Amino acid sequence: MEALGSLIQGFGVLADPMNIAYMFIGITLGVLIGVLPGLGGANGVAILLPLTFSMSPTSAIIMLSCIYWGALFGGAITSVLFNIPGEPWSVATTFDGHPMAQKGHAGEALTAAFTSSFFGAFVAVLLITFLAPVIAGFALRFGPAEFFAVQLLTFCSFVGMGSESPFKVLCAMMLGFALAAVGLDSVTGELRMTFGSVELLRGFDFLIAVIGLFGIGEILLTMEEGLAFKGKAAKINAKVVWETWKSLPRYWVTAIRGSIVGCWMGITPGGATPASFMSYGLAKRFSRNRQNFGNGEMEGVVAPETAAHAAGTSALLPMLTLGIPGSPTAAVLLGGLLIWGLQPGPLLFIEQKEFVWGLIASMYLGNIAGLIVVLTTVPVFASILRIPFSIIAPVIVVICAVGAYTVHNAFLDIVMMLVFGVVGYVFKKLSYPLAPLVLALVLGDMAESSFRQAMLVSQGDLAIFWSNPLVGSIVTLALVMLFWPVISALLRKRQSRQDGGTQVIPVK
Amino acid sequence: MKDVQRPRCARKTPFDSFAFKNTPRRTLAGGTALAGALGLLLVPAAAQAAWEPTKSVEFVVPAGTGGGADQMARMIQGIIQKNNLMGQPIVVINKSGGAGAEGFLDVKSSNRNPHKIIITLSNLFTTPLATGVPFSWKDMTPVAMLALDNFVLWVNSEAAQKSPKEFVEAAKEGGANRFKMGGTGSKQEDQIITAAIEQTAGVTFTYVPYKGGGDVAAQLVGNHINASVNNPIEAVSQWRAGALRPLCVFDNERIPLKEPVADGKSWNTIPTCKESGLDVEYTMLRGIFMGPGVTPDQVAYYVDLFKKVRETEEWKDFMAKGAFNVSFKTGDDFKSWLTAAETQHKTLMDKAGFTKQ
Repeated sequence: MEALGSLIQGFGVLADPMNIAYMFIGITLGVLIGVLPGLGGANGVAILLPLTFSMSPTSAIIMLSCIYWGALFGGAITSVLFNIPGEPWSVATTFDGHPMAQKGHAGEALTAAFTSSFFGAFVAVLLITFLAPVIAGFALRFGPAEFFAVQLLTFCSFVGMGSESPFKVLCAMMLGFALAAVGLDSVTGELRMTFGSVELLRGFDFLIAVIGLFGIGEILLTMEEGLAFKGKAAKINAKVVWETWKSLPRYWVTAIRGSIVGCWMGITPGGATPASFMSYGLAKRFSRNRQNFGNGEMEGVVAPETAAHAAGTSALLPMLTLGIPGSPTAAVLLGGLLIWGLQPGPLLFIEQKEFVWGLIASMYLGNIAGLIVVLTTVPVFASILRIPFSIIAPVIVVICAVGAYTVHNAFLDIVMMLVFGVVGYVFKKLSYPLAPLVLALVLGDMAESSFRQAMLVSQGDLAIFWSNPLVGSIVTLALVMLFWPVISALLRKRQSRQDGGTQVIPVK
Repeated sequence: MKDVQRPRCARKTPFDSFAFKNTPRRTLAGGTALAGALGLLLVPAAAQAAWEPTKSVEFVVPAGTGGGADQMARMIQGIIQKNNLMGQPIVVINKSGGAGAEGFLDVKSSNRNPHKIIITLSNLFTTPLATGVPFSWKDMTPVAMLALDNFVLWVNSEAAQKSPKEFVEAAKEGGANRFKMGGTGSKQEDQIITAAIEQTAGVTFTYVPYKGGGDVAAQLVGNHINASVNNPIEAVSQWRAGALRPLCVFDNERIPLKEPVADGKSWNTIPTCKESGLDVEYTMLRGIFMGPGVTPDQVAYYVDLFKKVRETEEWKDFMAKGAFNVSFKTGDDFKSWLTAAETQHKTLMDKAGFTKQ
């Protein structure tokens, strides 16, 4: 119980009223950063980093990590209300969160999102507190082949099923891969598909595509369908939080699965965005209400939010113990540590006890503070939907444009966002799914470089993906996931034959 | 002025609170007027003597957030803000597209703009050669060399090799391409050093490019690669934890830091690669450039600014933690260094076949 003692010491560090104040400032700033699409956690923390130099490292990291928690919470708000993911890891939240809002359940969707975020983060913090030394070294077992296996698993758990035609899924995914390939090829160090254009050197940023495809595309659709938010009839009152809480325990399996997926993806470190997609995919596959996914199923909000927050939190462990950032935001925090003269690494937990345990204690308090801040604002945010569309839509477009511009300070990105908006609209009209495109865009780049790194290491031998039990089991699991619809159909057939073959089971 | 007004504050009247509120305002107004008058006197003189930024300065980082150049830029931003070294704010902007080409092209096209500076890493030389994007340091105005980043040859501490010589022998015995060298990015500093080792020692490695230096160090600890040429700051914590072993440093002389770092050894105890028989020298420029067409006055302002930055305790601390080579060069001295470095990169990259035809 050494961990408990250290944790109590950590809370002692936090007892300084200034640190508590920094915590609340951080959370509030973070929620704002999360709400504004484009101004992601990484940018927000980077901008505020130099301001913290005059603070002690402990206060500084408490404030910056609270910005990070705040951004994790805040990303869900615009996803649910306007179908615009404020952060990459909230993309999967839009799939069911926004349909819920359209049905008039915005308050429920937000409460579910925030509560599951909190649950995911809490599980991850418990893990860090009690198992840090045991699992810290786990990321070391991950070479290129293992990383590719995890990315493959994310793809396979997300695709391979769905009501859309497989051909359309494939088309959307290939378009995503093609867009991801533009820019610098990180393995050969050469440019590809930039056609001599300076603007294309950056490639297509995931955030700009998402703001356009989801946000602008949604506005175009709403304009066509009658210039009004569908969710405006929603009843908004403070009781919505309690009523949603009553129904949440039903989804305990999903929440626990989401937390496990999230912690695993955070520690390896795979990142919060893949974690949210993987968790959503798994929930959709194993849920009893799977046909309702995509139409406003609360379970579809719980799954990605628990995973994203668990991953975002546990990503700090490899950052602190190994110096590997699990997310872009963690990379900036890591830079901050070095600037303050703290060396992330195996010795940090031993030499900088006050700092590390102060940080861990702030994770507990920061998340509780975050939950309070965001839950009290649920009715406020939900009532935004009551503002007439003709007033709020231009505001949303402006915010989207500002967000797209902030990502790289480039004007062309705004044009790109509008083009993606039209693409998003066309996709919806022709009922092509957007999710595979987005997933391919965010994971394509990572998966490609891991695969090619693995091929370099093995001199082109595919057997590297079965070269040890760890990578072998992940790859096998991924393939099982991919072919699960076929496998389960076969199993059912056999079952029904044993039952006498009279039952007709509808294939979903 | 204060002395004159104090009695009024002390006097108890029904308007006491009003009087109290009013007093500091008057003092402030007087102060401002005084400063204004002084300022009027000083401004023409100052304008003749030196240029100063008149609006916020953009500090371009031709790399992503969280990397070495980004850390240094934000460190400098923090130092400038904290110590009030500049009258205008300084804003860090990342333009990392196309291995930094985006940032360099931006500065190259900012003709006569004294409110934009850029921090460089080795991609100043490598990106135009590897990608064919047209720019060179000659398209910009060199301001100052802030420091040189060191590179160290690291192996896992479980590995048998204790010296560069043993390392080269082991790589030869292992056979061509059997030894895996990890590094940051492709056709950039880490791969260039790897190619230089190959050319000098007559071995061939398989080079595996990763995203960042922290990843590379962790991959080496996990035995997924055989060696790396990480910067000191990226690998020092693993050295101290006994997971990695430094073999040699690629500078032309030993790092002068003699304080013990790990296991009683200091940075100074690491031999240079050259003295241990592996004749490869490489350091990475951390320098500041401006766009073309700026006036000598404007350059002089930034040279002076960075001199002040270098004198702060925070900077000295940062340099020691990262075991940087703290050379500082400006003017012609800096230009001749740049010319030599450009030739070195061209030769190494041509030989290794990294240059885009």
